[in-house]
Amino acid sequence: MTTHSITVTVNGESVRRAVQARLHLIDFLRGDLGLMGSHVACEHGVCGACTVRVDGAIVRGCLVLAASLDGASVETIEGVSDRGEIRDLQDAFIARNAAQCGFCTPGMLMCAADLLGSNAQPTRAEIREHISGNYCRCTGYQAIVDAIETTALKRVSSDAGGAKP
Amino acid sequence: MKAPDFIYCRAESLADALRLKAEHGDQARWLAGGQSLLAALAFRLSEPTALIDISRIDALRGITFDAGVVRIGAGTTHTALGVSDIIRRHVPLLAEAVPLIAHAAIRNRGTIGGSLAFADPAAELPACCVALEATLIAVGPKGERRIAANAFFEGVYATALRDDELLTWIEIVAAQADEQQTLVELTRRSGDYAMAGVAAVLRGDAAEITHARLVFFALGDRPVAAAKAAALLVGKPLDEAQVALAATASAQEIDPAGDLNGGPEMKTHLAQVVLSRALRQIMTQAKAKAERTAA
Repeated sequence: MTTHSITVTVNGESVRRAVQARLHLIDFLRGDLGLMGSHVACEHGVCGACTVRVDGAIVRGCLVLAASLDGASVETIEGVSDRGEIRDLQDAFIARNAAQCGFCTPGMLMCAADLLGSNAQPTRAEIREHISGNYCRCTGYQAIVDAIETTALKRVSSDAGGAKP
Repeated sequence: MKAPDFIYCRAESLADALRLKAEHGDQARWLAGGQSLLAALAFRLSEPTALIDISRIDALRGITFDAGVVRIGAGTTHTALGVSDIIRRHVPLLAEAVPLIAHAAIRNRGTIGGSLAFADPAAELPACCVALEATLIAVGPKGERRIAANAFFEGVYATALRDDELLTWIEIVAAQADEQQTLVELTRRSGDYAMAGVAAVLRGDAAEITHARLVFFALGDRPVAAAKAAALLVGKPLDEAQVALAATASAQEIDPAGDLNGGPEMKTHLAQVVLSRALRQIMTQAKAKAERTAA
């Protein structure tokens, strides 16, 4: 069994660890760093529960080897949540009851934040398309789309009013 | 499931990659974006002794346009492909295909070279490359080898690449002024592998089609060119009657196996549906282009 020493910036903090070659990013975050917000489910890239950012872009954490991330920057739901980056999105999820059992929620939030970052006024069809790779087994999609749409509308109207949330 | 244990090594350059491959032998595999390979490993469908990470080789990334030829680094991600002005202008088929490949999070890591070398028969990019008559360039210990896309795909997950070769670049001749390209597929859910799809490249004007390439995907063990259906289109204007003729002819050129979505009869029917839609889309595109030119 081979191990690799990696230095990764996780939520702004530099960490150095020795990891097994076969360890994927989510097992690294959960097992080695204790960051339990990113969830492990299908482990073959289908469900989206493990969505995190690597160097600013969302990825499937289960389809990225930790060993390949030496020098990379990783952001998880803990990081974006603690920084308040998606406070409004989280509030909308709560208001719309878009988190039912909550298992898919961190991945949904990461994916929704990604969409709103590149498209300030997505249509409902565009929202559905962007979260199409994230499964909610409670099937609460309607509420999730509502929450994302509400957040987009609020951000646009507060931008128009000259005040950032 | 978890992947089996393997050796991980990262290549910093092309020469480094070939050296590592020679060192680890034919049970070692290239790791590009890993979006298919790491899933296959998690299922233990593949148990390589070593993965050679080629994702950080700068020389394998990027898109250039020179002397009418678009050259794409095999390590270019789907996301980068989709936002490239060169691709939009000169190979619109690829720009159209990108949003249909899985989901944003996967497109951020997955690469064109990875998709071609993995050779999933239901993937979009292999069929696009065959329809575009792309040239795939591989580098091995004996140097560079140029492989025509239609000779590259040899079966399910099987290609003409030798064990010691690495797919490095893809070259595609830029679309001509009278060329229309489109891709149509049917999926149960957005981002799934297609149940049936087709990449179509046509040249000509309202009076006459002069060139046609129609390539199906998810309907055989590799991209399948419907050559007879394409030949029927050449020399005539494209209209509804021609669409029907080509669709009917194309059904004789495929022999799809049934899959989880349906039996061979359904897949054959869907082939005709996607081909008809693609040709109608091309008629619409050509009409819009003619109107723009007239205006």
